Amino acid sequence: MEYLNIVFQEIYKILFLLVPVLVSVAMIVWLDRRIWAFVQKRQGPNVVGPFGLLQSLADALKYIFKEIIIPSSSNKVIFILAPIVTMTLALVAWAVIPFSATQVLADINVGILYLFAVSSLGVYGIIMGGWASNSKYPFLGAIRSAAQMVSYEVSIGVIIINVLLCVGSLNLNDIVEAQKNLWFVIPLFPMFVIFFISALAETNRPPFDLPEAEAELVAGYQTEYSGMMYAMFWLGEYANILLMCAMGAILFLGGWMSPIEIYPFTLVPGAIWLILKILLLFVLFALVKAIVPRYRYDQLMRLGWKVFLPLSLTWVVLTASYLFYFNLLPTN
Amino acid sequence: MKISRFFKTIFMTDFVRGLIIAIKELFKPKKTINYPFEKGKISPRFRGEHALRRYPNGEERCIACKLCEAVCPAQAITIESAARDDGSRKTTRYDIDMMKCIYCGLCEESCPVDAIVQGPNFEFSTETREELYYTKEKLLDNGDRWENVLAANIKADNPYR
Repeated sequence: MEYLNIVFQEIYKILFLLVPVLVSVAMIVWLDRRIWAFVQKRQGPNVVGPFGLLQSLADALKYIFKEIIIPSSSNKVIFILAPIVTMTLALVAWAVIPFSATQVLADINVGILYLFAVSSLGVYGIIMGGWASNSKYPFLGAIRSAAQMVSYEVSIGVIIINVLLCVGSLNLNDIVEAQKNLWFVIPLFPMFVIFFISALAETNRPPFDLPEAEAELVAGYQTEYSGMMYAMFWLGEYANILLMCAMGAILFLGGWMSPIEIYPFTLVPGAIWLILKILLLFVLFALVKAIVPRYRYDQLMRLGWKVFLPLSLTWVVLTASYLFYFNLLPTN
Repeated sequence: MKISRFFKTIFMTDFVRGLIIAIKELFKPKKTINYPFEKGKISPRFRGEHALRRYPNGEERCIACKLCEAVCPAQAITIESAARDDGSRKTTRYDIDMMKCIYCGLCEESCPVDAIVQGPNFEFSTETREELYYTKEKLLDNGDRWENVLAANIKADNPYR
């Protein structure tokens, strides 16, 4: 009986995290479309619910009632598994995101490593989907996205090393605490920019949305998917974007810390600050989508390997040397 | 690579400028309208759904001269006529196949008595093809329904004809 109690408690905790994440994913899709439309001087979705806020729910309802078509030549098990993997991985990563000093589902000591590992695994969902579809566009899209995600993962990893050098811990709460005096966005600004661009590539957002470039690949790895399975890919994608925004907020923008440590600001709970920072980053994501054209594939690879990787590696050396020379290396 | 170009790339000045423009555009009034709830302005010459008009005393205007049938480039109009008891020639059948029609407005232009006109209505989509074979009754009915607008439009456009 006691055992059951613990299980239920954990389930409540997980639900308390997952349900808001899923709802905010729906809202963020709306926000994305709305900002995109506003930049182009359109109205965007504004009919369903107040300001069109319920548009995503209407879309979800539509997806639920649509037929799921499984191509006869596909590998059915992997085909069905792919969207599940994508969505699960995108949601599972939220376990380690700290919403305040105490509000974190799993306060593990290698949080950032876990986050990095899970977001790297995300590529499997896409590869599986593309491969199992057994048709050309999904396959090409999957190959592209695999190459792209692997390339940009490397520079993200090196950027994370930069931050870790300044913190001396892999725990996400420690990383946030270390930014008490100065957010890392200021000393590591170039790294923040590279992180942001790499996050765009990592989540297949424009200008790096080559895996699903409509003009060339129909819808990339999602071409053969329909109904709820397509919606799950979609959910996973946006959950991943949110996750990347959260990662950026934690690594560079001081996570749940309030911007200024004075009276009225400190009253606001940490979760609100984190959400605001995530939103800020997401608005940037959405604006970028509206203003940039799509990269060519070789340019994308060049940017990843020949620009970002050397730059971030150099910055690691610089940071390390600076910290070592001035004896600022964290010791614990 | 020129030095200036290099610095432009490094500091992403183009990107930042684009971002600033995007943020400015964000708050400008929208160019699109909220279609089903608000509609764009339509010119008096707008060539929408057809209608057959009547004289104020209720008599049909159409004299079955078949000019519209002859001029119709899509051959969408079919007219049959007969003399009535009072000796006037009237149509017994006036059909327009709205799926053939290309909305060129030649029928309206050729009509000597302003009987066949194209009104301002463009929202007449149907669920079956059959509903788009317009008969004389349907066209006269349209004329009765839109008469105010049609008369106003013809009057507004009169100086330019």
